[in-house]
Amino acid sequence: MSRDVTLEHVTIRFGSHTAVDDAHLTIRSGEFFSFLGPSGCGKTTLLRCVSGFLEPTEGRVLIGGEDMRGVGPNRRPTALIFQNLALFPLMSVAENIAFALEVRGVGRQARRKRAVELLELIALPHVGDKKVYELSGGQRQRVAIARALAAEPQILLLDEPLSALDLKLRQHMRSELRAIQRRVGLTFIYITHDQGEALTMSDRVAVMSEGRIEQVDEPLAVYDHPKTSFVASFVGETNVLPATVTGRDGTDVTLQTDGGLIVQGFAVGRRQYRAGERCQVFVRPEQIKVAPPEPGPNRLAARVLAEEFEGNLRHVSLAVGGSVGGSGGAPAVGALAVGGQPLRMSVVNDGSLPPLQPDAALTVTFDPSVASVLPEGPLARA
Amino acid sequence: MSARGNVLAARGSVWRPVVARISWQRLLLLLFVAAFFAYLFGPLIIMTVTAFNSADYPRVTPWDCFTTQWFGRFGRDSLLLAGLANSFFIGLGVVLLSLPIGLAAAIALSEVGERARSLLYTVFIVPILLPGIVIGIATLLFWGRIAGSFGLGHDTLLYNGIFLTILGQVCFISSYSMLIFLARIQRFDPTQTEAALDLGATPGQAFRKVLLPFLKPAIGSAAVLAFLASVENYNTTVFTIVSESTFTTVLASKVRFGIDPTISAIAVIIITTTLVAAIIQEARQRRLAARRREALAGVAAGAGAAAVMAGPTGRLLSHPASVAVLLLAVVGGLVWAGSRYDSSACQDALLQQKLQRQQELLEQQRQRMQQQAPAQPAPVPSGAAPKPASPFGGVFAPNNLGLSAPGGAVPAPAPPGAAPKPASPFGNAFAPDNLGLSAPGGATAPKIEPGAPAAPADPAPATQ
Ligand SMILES: Nc1ncnc2c1ncn2[C@@H]1O[C@H](COP(=O)(O)OP(=O)(O)O)[C@@H](O)[C@H]1O
Ligand SMILES: [Mg+2]
Repeated sequence: MSRDVTLEHVTIRFGSHTAVDDAHLTIRSGEFFSFLGPSGCGKTTLLRCVSGFLEPTEGRVLIGGEDMRGVGPNRRPTALIFQNLALFPLMSVAENIAFALEVRGVGRQARRKRAVELLELIALPHVGDKKVYELSGGQRQRVAIARALAAEPQILLLDEPLSALDLKLRQHMRSELRAIQRRVGLTFIYITHDQGEALTMSDRVAVMSEGRIEQVDEPLAVYDHPKTSFVASFVGETNVLPATVTGRDGTDVTLQTDGGLIVQGFAVGRRQYRAGERCQVFVRPEQIKVAPPEPGPNRLAARVLAEEFEGNLRHVSLAVGGSVGGSGGAPAVGALAVGGQPLRMSVVNDGSLPPLQPDAALTVTFDPSVASVLPEGPLARA
Repeated sequence: MSARGNVLAARGSVWRPVVARISWQRLLLLLFVAAFFAYLFGPLIIMTVTAFNSADYPRVTPWDCFTTQWFGRFGRDSLLLAGLANSFFIGLGVVLLSLPIGLAAAIALSEVGERARSLLYTVFIVPILLPGIVIGIATLLFWGRIAGSFGLGHDTLLYNGIFLTILGQVCFISSYSMLIFLARIQRFDPTQTEAALDLGATPGQAFRKVLLPFLKPAIGSAAVLAFLASVENYNTTVFTIVSESTFTTVLASKVRFGIDPTISAIAVIIITTTLVAAIIQEARQRRLAARRREALAGVAAGAGAAAVMAGPTGRLLSHPASVAVLLLAVVGGLVWAGSRYDSSACQDALLQQKLQRQQELLEQQRQRMQQQAPAQPAPVPSGAAPKPASPFGGVFAPNNLGLSAPGGAVPAPAPPGAAPKPASPFGNAFAPDNLGLSAPGGATAPKIEPGAPAAPADPAPATQ
């Protein structure tokens, strides 16, 4: 049976407010697909549209190739895990799980049997007779999944299901969810504002901002090759360098940052930049390295502002004043060339870098192939 | 000297915190609380006490005899019982009609948009704000007009007082139940309904299996409130009841002819019923809360924590069913004992006592008359007839029976052998209302006369 979901130019408006703006994509059968975006960007609205609680203002939703317009939530092959789970507090766990069967008129015996099976699946075999409030957060989470699976949906929709859990449990539940998805082989559509969740679990991720889908890609591509300024700044840590194009050679772009640095990067999507065009350069902290002695591109004179130690990683804040070999010399402390922000560098704590004193001068560098040059656009708020 | 000063200082330091603790604010608070409870429960307590006094008028003092006769009288009052039965049926009908209406209104309010909601709310609440009399008359006129336009006769349903009363009361009682449902629905998480729909339930199934169970406590309270509001209603009922009667209309018409402690007995029955129901409900609530706590403790600290709860005996005793059985047994025992209690001996004795007092007073009067008769001619030979009539005649005059006749003090040359103030003390004793009083005049030793038993025949009408 086909379990793919197609959004055809779906737009959803509440009055004058556009919550979802022209979403157009296909989610493949059996895929673990995530929508990632900050709070309020329209993720829940989109999910409610797929599950049938909302009709799109424009466009169509197709499930397995069938137009879902006019098909109510109780007749769609989807099951939704609500943000607050919405377990039935007056029923026992087993009754919760068997609810979908009960409303279909399945007999008591068969219901009981299926509930036991599903409790096995979520590894909670002995909680069937308990009340919902007797369970811990993680257990409730799994019961909600079992309850949804009992409806035998072809597509499971999950609305930030882990956001109420503490960090440890959240990380455990990530692998748990992925394992359940592999076992049942359903299409999972997962919604989250947590990029860690989206990147670790998903086959593909759609990054959303203010109702628009900015990029649909595999997690690695989203991280390494962000297609918009928003995606680059929202997914993962990054350094943003506002700059002006000074020259171009194929995809290699030479720029002057607003702080006066001359740097080289690559044009994302083979965009043809003209000299004088405004743009932004994105470099991940872990791509910034202490420069080797031999000459190369993107050598920056820097001064240490502060260092944070985080076990496996060391985060160093740097003031950068000029390109080495260009204006030359170490920058004065406080001369921040990177859009008013210090340049951040993350180094693996493997002993290769000696301890850094505040004010120490050093030269840092990054490869032009990891410096994404994107047209100027809105950034994700920190 | 200095030692003494130290002692005082030490004492002061000991007393200061105590004084601070019972500050005037606390005292005021205590006074307020006491006054509040006195205000709340004082009338109920007095009512309860009067139900057991054999006096014909509901009162606490003077106390005649402990009696349960008023309960019996209530049980034999066919008018009241018929009214009570009608009230019961009307209450039942009102509950059955006003709950669905109130629930529908509450659901409608929770579904519509912000602006429509405030308008709709006002509409739904208007019947509560209208005077009951207006609803009563309006109901009567409206249904009468409808019956008239269909040419229905006076023996049809639309002229039936019980039916009309149900319709009239449902008007405003469904607004009450709407308020109760609304308060509960506002705490309902609408995603519960969505979850049910998403799992394949029809809207009807979602309502029956998710919303309705959630509303169960509200349904209970709304039913109780609707029933009580119906039974106690008078303003609307007095118009819509037409030729029938309910508990309240019978009571009201009784009060017009003067009340007796039957009303107190009814009050005692109602108070007891309420108390028993409230205690059972409280036991239920506690049990539920304890269960929940236990379960949560189980989650927090593993299964071991559950064992901390009270042992099996305490658990059994605090079970609402055993509380109910216990209370009903106590009440049943009291009723049984009360029904066997016979106060007639005490009442007969009291009656005897009163008759005796009367007899004595008559006797005293007669003696005084005899004493005065020979003394009269000397001071006032000619005006003899009017003078003596005033001190004694006042006592017997039907209009002055209760009055302490002022004339009694007038005869200055009162015979030295007579009681110092004869007319005023015993004059009161004859007042029909005060027959139960142990009159102050009773200080004179009662003379047991052989002729006394014969007396009842004569003053008997005065007691009734
Ligand atoms: N029923 C609604 N009526 C009006 N506005 C809504 C409604 N539901 C959502 N919105 C608006 O749509 C936007 C997207 O909301 P939502 O989909 O819940 O965001 P997310 O789940 O990504 O946090 C928000 O600005 C929200 O205020
Ligand atoms: Mg949301």
